[in-house]
Amino acid sequence: MAHSGANTVITQLRERISHLEGGRSRRAQTLPFGVTEIDEHLPGGGLHFGALHELAGGGAGTVDGAAAALFAAGIAARTKGKVIWCLTRPDLFFPALAQAGLHPDRVIFVEADREEDVLASMEEALSFGGLGAVVAELVRLPMTASRRLQLAAEKTGAMGLVVRRWRRQTEASDFGQPTASSTRWRVSVLPSEVLPVPGVGRARWFLELMRVKAGECAEFEVGACDAAGRISLSTGFADREDQAGRSVHSR
Amino acid sequence: MPRVVSVFLPDLPTERIRRADPSIPAEQPIAVIARSGSKRWVSAADAAARKAGVRVGMPAAKAQALFRGLMLEDANQAADAMALERITLWALTQYSPIVAVDAPDGIVMDTEGADHLQGGEEIMVTGIANRFRAKGLTARIAIADTWGAAHACARAIQRETVIVPPGETVRAVEQLPIHLLRLPEKIVIDLRTLGFKSIAELSATPRAPLTLRFGPEIGRRLDQMYGRLAEPIDPIRSAELIEVSRAFVEPIGAAETIDKYVGRLVVQLIAELQRKGLGVRRLDLIVEKVDGVRQAIRAGTAKPVRDVAWLTKLLRDRTEKIEPGFGIEKLSLVAIMTQPLEEEQRASSLIEEDTTDITPLIDVFGNRGQRVYRLAPVASDVPERSIQRIAAATLPTEESWVHHWPRPVRLLHKPDPIDAIALMPDRPPVSITWRGKRRKITRADGPERVFGEWWKRDSELEAVRDYFVVEDDRGQRFWVFRSGDGIDLETGSHRWFLHGIFA
Repeated sequence: MAHSGANTVITQLRERISHLEGGRSRRAQTLPFGVTEIDEHLPGGGLHFGALHELAGGGAGTVDGAAAALFAAGIAARTKGKVIWCLTRPDLFFPALAQAGLHPDRVIFVEADREEDVLASMEEALSFGGLGAVVAELVRLPMTASRRLQLAAEKTGAMGLVVRRWRRQTEASDFGQPTASSTRWRVSVLPSEVLPVPGVGRARWFLELMRVKAGECAEFEVGACDAAGRISLSTGFADREDQAGRSVHSR
Repeated sequence: MPRVVSVFLPDLPTERIRRADPSIPAEQPIAVIARSGSKRWVSAADAAARKAGVRVGMPAAKAQALFRGLMLEDANQAADAMALERITLWALTQYSPIVAVDAPDGIVMDTEGADHLQGGEEIMVTGIANRFRAKGLTARIAIADTWGAAHACARAIQRETVIVPPGETVRAVEQLPIHLLRLPEKIVIDLRTLGFKSIAELSATPRAPLTLRFGPEIGRRLDQMYGRLAEPIDPIRSAELIEVSRAFVEPIGAAETIDKYVGRLVVQLIAELQRKGLGVRRLDLIVEKVDGVRQAIRAGTAKPVRDVAWLTKLLRDRTEKIEPGFGIEKLSLVAIMTQPLEEEQRASSLIEEDTTDITPLIDVFGNRGQRVYRLAPVASDVPERSIQRIAAATLPTEESWVHHWPRPVRLLHKPDPIDAIALMPDRPPVSITWRGKRRKITRADGPERVFGEWWKRDSELEAVRDYFVVEDDRGQRFWVFRSGDGIDLETGSHRWFLHGIFA
C-alpha cells in the first residue's frame, strides 16, 4: 500500500478503517505479478489474497478458455500451498500446466457433473483455509454466488480464481454482468513473438484488466507464462531464454 | 424411495467347494448331493456338470450314471450359510450401509443414497458383478424399487445385470413366473395347478378368494413387490462392528435435534475407537423411523480418522437429506470399516512447516459424490496416455512431465479430423479447416514424431504421429498431427487431426 503513491493521510485513514472492519487488513496480502506496469494498476501492488478474481478468454478463446486457464495456472503456481481445481469438463492437459510451473503434486482436481456442484466445491475449498489458490471453471457466476465465494475467500485468505468458460461464443456476453469479484481479466491470444528463424515464438497475450476494485482498467500486451508461471511485458522481440523448456537442446 | 440391489448367487454351493480347494481344475464338473429321508438327490451342479446333463433335483445315482468323472460332494448347508454371511459382511463394508442375507442363495442391499459414491447405478452394478466374478462367484444382479422386484428380476435374468428404472416395477415383473414371488413351495404348486403362470395373472385376480384359499401370504408378497407395503431390510451386523446408538422415547424430527444427537453419537463412537486404537474409514448413520422405514447415510474417509469435528462435519453435510417423516425413533452410528490408528508425535512448532492436511476437504468432496483426484505422469509418449488419475490423498510423487516441446492447455478427448493442405512428407500445413472454419497458418513448429507403442498393441507396431504446433494469422495456436510419417502408408492413414489448443 505504501508505494501506491497515495497521500499518507489517506493511507492512515485506510488503516483505521480496515482496523474498524475487523482484522481483515492482516490478511490483505497481495501476490505481485513482478511486472511493474501491471502491479501499479492493482491496489496493494498485486492480486489480493482472500479475494475472488475472474479470468476469461477473449475473442475465439472464450469457448476453450485455454489462455485464461494457463493464466490462472501461472498465478496458482506462484502461490504457496495446495491448489484445488474444480471443473465439470476434464479436458485440461496437465503437462502444459506443469510447463507453467504448477507441480502435479500440488493440484487436486474436483470434478462434478453440475455447475452448482462446482460452485459448492469452490466455496467449501475457499472456506477450508490453508490453501494457496482455488480455481474453478464456470460458465455462469451469478451475483449471489460470487458474493458468497468472495466472503469465503476473505475469511481464510485463500485466492479464488474463476476461469469463465462458455459453451457457446454468444454466451460470453454474460461477462458483462456484475459480480462481487475484486478483479476481472480477459486474456486473448496474440500472434506469437517474431523469431529470427521460422517457427512459433513465445506465446503472447492481450491482457485486459476490465475491472478492479479501487483501481482503473488497463490493457497490456504480455508474453505468456514462463516455466515459473510469470508473465512478462511483451517486448515484441524474441527472448527465448525464459521460455518453458523449449530450448533445452539448443542451449 | 429406496433402491434395492439383489444379488443372486446361483452356484454358491459348488463355487464354495472350489474356493475352499483351489487345486480342483476348472473343467472338473462338481455336483452337490443332498439327502432327504432315504432319497439322495442333486441339490447343486456347476456349469461343467450342467453341460454334461446333470440337473438339479435328479437322483444322485442317475447323475453318477450319466457322467463318470463327476465329483460328488455332500451338501453342507451350514457352510453355505456361513459363506453367504461372509460375503454379506464384505458387501456391507463395500457398497451400502444396509445389507442383509437373502437366504439361501443371495444377498440384498438398499443402495439409496449410496450409489453416487460408486459413480451411479450402472457403474455400481457392473462393478459389483466384476468384483464377484473376480472372486470366482457367479452372480446375477438386479436393481429395482423394491426388494421383491429386485429379487425376482435377479433370478429371472440370463445376463449378469439388470437395472429396473424407478417406477417401472410393474412392467418389469408382470411377465415373470410366480415361483419368483418368494411364496412357500406348497402355495406355488397349488397355484400352478389352478393354472396361474405369471405374476400379472395373479395380481389381476380378485384378492378375497385367493386369501380364503391360501391365506394372506400371496397378497402380502404382491404388495411388497409393487411397493405398496414397506419391506424394511434388517442390516446384518457382526460382533466386531463398533456401534453406538440412541433410542428416543419421544420421536424426534427437527433438523437441529438430529444434528445435536448425531454430534453426541460421534463423541461416543470416538471414545470407543480411542479405546481400541482404531480410526474409522467408513461410517454409517442409520435412522430408524416410527413407520419402520430405515434410512442410512454413509460417509467415507481417505484415511483413518478419530477426529470429532471432522466426522461431525462429514455427517452434518448429509443430515439434511434425512426425511424424518412421522419421527425418528432411533439413531445408530456404526463404524463399518476401521483401521488401526496410532497416536504419533508431531514435529514441534519450532520447525513448523505450514503444510495443511487437506484430507478432510477431500473427504467432503468425495462424500458429495464428486470425483476427487490428482494427476500423475505415466512414461508414455502418446499424449493421451501420458496422464493417469491417482487418489487425491496419495503421497507426493515428486514426478512431473519432462517435455522439451510445449504442450497444449486443452487436449481434445478424441482428436478431431481436420482438412489440411500440406506438403508431404514433413512440412507443416499451410492451412487447416477445423469445425467448418478455414484458418491460414502463418507459423509452425515441428514435426515432433510420436511412435506407436508396439509393446502394448500389435496394431501400433508401425504407427507414427507427426505433431506440429501451428499458429494461424489471428494468433490462435493449435496442436495438429498427421497420422503416419508422410511416406509410408503402413505407418498411418496420412489424415490430419487437431488434438489440442494452446494458450
